[in-house]
Amino acid sequence: MSYRNDPYDPKQAVLLAPESLEGAVAEAEKAFAAAADLDALQALKPAHLGDRSPVSLARREIGSLPPAAKSDAGKRVNVARQAVQAAYDARQAELEADRAARVLVEERVDVTLPWSRRPRGARHPLTTLMEHMSDVFIGMGYDIVDGPQLELEWANFDALNIGPDNPVRGASDTFFVDLPGLVMRTHTSPGQVRTMLDRQPPIYIVSPGRAYRTDELDATHSPVFHQIEGLVIDEGITMAHLRGTLDYFAKAMFGPDAKTRWRPHYFPFTEPSAEFDVWFAQHRDGPRWVEWGGCGMVNPRVLTACGIDPAKYSGFAFGMGVERTLMFRNGVSDMRDMVEGDVRFTTNFGMES
Amino acid sequence: MKTSLSWLREYVELPAGITASELDAALTNLGMEVEGIVDQAATVIGDLVVGRVLTIEELTGFKKPIRFCTVDVGNDAPQEIVCGARNFAEGDLVVVILPGGELPGGFRIGARKTYGRNSNGMICSAAELGLSGDHSGIIVLPPSEAAVPGVDARPIVGLDEVLIEVEITPDRGYEMSVRGIARELATYFDVPFTDPAALAAPGATAEVPYPITIEDTVGCDRFAARVVRGIDPAAQSPEWMQRRLIQAGVRAISLPVDITNYLMLEFGQPMHVFDLDRLNGGLVVRRARAGEKLTTLDGVARVLDAEDMVICDETGPISLAAVMGGETSEWQEGTVNVLLEAAHWDPVMVGRTARRHRLFSEAAKRWERGVDPSLPLAALQKAVDILIEHAGGTASPDVLDIDNVVAPVALTLPSESASRLIGLPYTAERVATLLRKIGCEVTGDEVLSVVPPTWRPDLVAPIDLIEEVARLGGYNEIPSVLPPAGASRGLTPAQRQRRSVGRALAENGYVEVLSYPFVSPGTADALGLPAADPRRSAVRLTNPLSEEEPLLRTSLLGPLLGTLKRNLGRGRRDVALFEAGTVFLPHLTSTAPPELGVDRRPTNAEWAAANAIVPEQPWHLAVVLAGDVEPAGWWGQGRAATWADAIEAARVAIAAAGVSEDRVTVRAAEYAPWHPGRCAAVLIDGTVVGHAGELHPAVLAALELPKRTSAAEIDLDALPEAPVVDAPTISTFPPALIDVALVLDRSVPAAEVQAALAEGAGTLLESVALFDVYESEQLGEGKRSLAYKLTFRAPDRTLTSEETITARDAAVAVTASRFGATLRGA
Repeated sequence: MSYRNDPYDPKQAVLLAPESLEGAVAEAEKAFAAAADLDALQALKPAHLGDRSPVSLARREIGSLPPAAKSDAGKRVNVARQAVQAAYDARQAELEADRAARVLVEERVDVTLPWSRRPRGARHPLTTLMEHMSDVFIGMGYDIVDGPQLELEWANFDALNIGPDNPVRGASDTFFVDLPGLVMRTHTSPGQVRTMLDRQPPIYIVSPGRAYRTDELDATHSPVFHQIEGLVIDEGITMAHLRGTLDYFAKAMFGPDAKTRWRPHYFPFTEPSAEFDVWFAQHRDGPRWVEWGGCGMVNPRVLTACGIDPAKYSGFAFGMGVERTLMFRNGVSDMRDMVEGDVRFTTNFGMES
Repeated sequence: MKTSLSWLREYVELPAGITASELDAALTNLGMEVEGIVDQAATVIGDLVVGRVLTIEELTGFKKPIRFCTVDVGNDAPQEIVCGARNFAEGDLVVVILPGGELPGGFRIGARKTYGRNSNGMICSAAELGLSGDHSGIIVLPPSEAAVPGVDARPIVGLDEVLIEVEITPDRGYEMSVRGIARELATYFDVPFTDPAALAAPGATAEVPYPITIEDTVGCDRFAARVVRGIDPAAQSPEWMQRRLIQAGVRAISLPVDITNYLMLEFGQPMHVFDLDRLNGGLVVRRARAGEKLTTLDGVARVLDAEDMVICDETGPISLAAVMGGETSEWQEGTVNVLLEAAHWDPVMVGRTARRHRLFSEAAKRWERGVDPSLPLAALQKAVDILIEHAGGTASPDVLDIDNVVAPVALTLPSESASRLIGLPYTAERVATLLRKIGCEVTGDEVLSVVPPTWRPDLVAPIDLIEEVARLGGYNEIPSVLPPAGASRGLTPAQRQRRSVGRALAENGYVEVLSYPFVSPGTADALGLPAADPRRSAVRLTNPLSEEEPLLRTSLLGPLLGTLKRNLGRGRRDVALFEAGTVFLPHLTSTAPPELGVDRRPTNAEWAAANAIVPEQPWHLAVVLAGDVEPAGWWGQGRAATWADAIEAARVAIAAAGVSEDRVTVRAAEYAPWHPGRCAAVLIDGTVVGHAGELHPAVLAALELPKRTSAAEIDLDALPEAPVVDAPTISTFPPALIDVALVLDRSVPAAEVQAALAEGAGTLLESVALFDVYESEQLGEGKRSLAYKLTFRAPDRTLTSEETITARDAAVAVTASRFGATLRGA
């Protein structure tokens, strides 16, 4: 190299020397690596990449070089500057990743803290159990019918072949009111009477709901209780259909092992009549037969009173207590728990029973 | 009905080794409800033996006299036993339970030291063996060949019986007798049956033993009587009869009375025994005259009804026929001449008389269910026989029998009708066989002619016969087949609404309760209902369980607030409850419904007239809240329940029922039991469906409930059916948001301001939301500021700011003209 035409101070060109540039890069890399965080790195930027940084100052010296040397020097400065920038970027990415990881650690919370700021409510298990039962019957092709709880004596008794001399029509079984001809319904069957008066067969219905009898409240009795009663009237209906229906329903409610067992009984509104037990495998005291309800073939007198021709149609009826079902199915040992409305009882069941 | 296996075995040849569970299954499958089968032999476990008392040593110095005995129990060495009883002497035969045994009630017997002596076993009383309630002393056995020291004492004391107690359904009176149950068991096990009533008995004679006239042969269609004179008044009932009576739960009284009770149990024929010498003149059987008086055996002076039947002599009524005898004519101690009566009474009459006089005697129970009218002569004969055997005397050869019984009529049963109803093939032959088993006379082939037996007054229609075929054929033989049901219509709209409402409230923190609908007359006052409030008009139970609560609720709130109070009383502070159920709203006038028969369907007009008197029973929904609706926690303060939560609950319910928000309005209302300044009427399409808010402080004070307790009640039946919802058009253009703060009188309801804004803003308005309510002196006296966020959006373009401002100004203009609102800061 010749300094013959150099108008500048040769001392200044020292920065362009390859060892100087390499040194500047090494210096920057070292400094960047030492930066503990993004702020420290940011603070190092002017010294190594700013206007007064060695590589920037070296670029200025290029002008002092002879034209032949400028190109080479320019390339070398660029390489050096890119190296410094790359070192910076790499360190920045590293520190950013560190910071992101640290933020995640710092933001860790105790996910087990409770957040019950809006307490959940609950539905009464008798309601949800009645809905469950109703849904099974809807699936079997039944409609759900309602009826008044303060009911005509005729619909509650006479139409169901419960004659005027039947003892259940006395004040020791039935609630009477200060209006003539009305009683608190003693079963949900009058709803079925109303259906028979409204439409001709085929009739496939269940009537879930409240009924009333003058029993004092104790562990196993309540003057207000719930039933679900079914009625089917069609051509050619037999006791086998009744059994099939009860067996199917039992399985739907209690699983594939469930089945029913009948005992001959007497009800005025059905003949033949039976009480039935269900085989309940999940009983908390071990699998067993549990008394469940009553059933039978609709008495022809009932059909006649309701305007259905008993020569053409036959039918069956059945009914079970919802409280009783809840008691053995869910292990409720005291009827009073179901009527007192203590939120601790109901909340236990949540939205389903 | 209580009886014993040995009594039944007299008339039915049951298998020798029949077990209690086999007997239970048989009775159950026959339709009797088994209350209990007790094998007495199994109630005392271990060695229960006869012992002979050898020595008695009186021990003194204790609180009570004690005896130390040695007893021969058949072993080489005598048994040493300490005994507290004193009613026995050396040489007496007693009953001893040896160590290792167990008495009824789980009382184990061991060898132990007591009162300073060894006691190896126990000498038993009848009470300890469960034989009777007799605690007065130990059993001293009468000497007999069987009573040898060391032998099993059970058969000797009668502790070898199987006791049976069954509940009989009201249609099967014949089962209320040994005769009836034995016959049923014979059918079930297909073994021979001997009819206890099949005995030779003389019929009516020309001469009567006593003059009797029947005036009412409907009430009494048969009356038979025999006379026995000169009986030993001191004669005791034989031990076997007393034992059977006691096992049947009947007290032994005297030989003549015991005989009638015994035959009632065995035959099912209630009987009566009169003291012949206390009768004055001929007897007349007739209806009572209304107001006639009779003192029955229980010492109660009764006023008779014209429907009651009585037996009279010249002095007037001496017996309430079929139900209970009278004091003046009944057998009494010292009676030597008796008139035995076996009659047949109208079951309907007896049932009514029993209920009228609350006399549910064993006889009445049988009459009401139906007694075989063919029994009187046989029953009388057996009664006379037993009486003479044990008390001597002479039976008059004369027999009275006034018989107006109508024989059972033949029923026509097409034999295939059994299969058709039961769903199991029954041949004509099988149907006939089964019906013959229960005593029917059956003729014919395919169409059977069936004459029921006299003891089955319940068999009056073909269906009754089919029931017997199904029962005897076995209910559990019937196959399981699903019927050919059609398709369900699913839940009705109202049923769907009730479910949705219940779920929504539960999800919003309310707990469902199902209260009794009974309320006290004071509830209306406690709720502060005005005098003319229709909710004061309530249906009253004439036989309430509690005289305190005879009324049916006209609002859900009374019972629901009671449930709230119960929860608070049990230490719960924050309670939110809901209930959905019916209220009972009587019509202002009440008339009796028309008489509806059962021989045909009521006409539509009759049915409508009947239903017109049925009170309205709409389905209501109510919520009550007390305490915090949002609890305090580690996150900070809780939030107390307020009027606003109650109103929101009503809105939640209505929304869940499928009624869109734009149809719901809320306005201030004054309505009990709510706070007049914190009560909202809730309206749908302009019609009030309910009320919500904070309860009146006076109501809360009267009911002792916490301040600020809030409630809502709406009429679910008043909600419109959920309509088919039109889908909205969703614009993808950006919204324009603009806030307005209006200053207006504080009395202007926010809901009306919002409605006015919406009305003025026009179709570009997407939503309007109140985000601030502000009051200060700067705004002026009685003023407040309501700040709304208006969101505008067009379906087809991005709105310009000019369009947005124009719409906003139009909105504000309506509030200005309607309420004098000004823009705040303007």
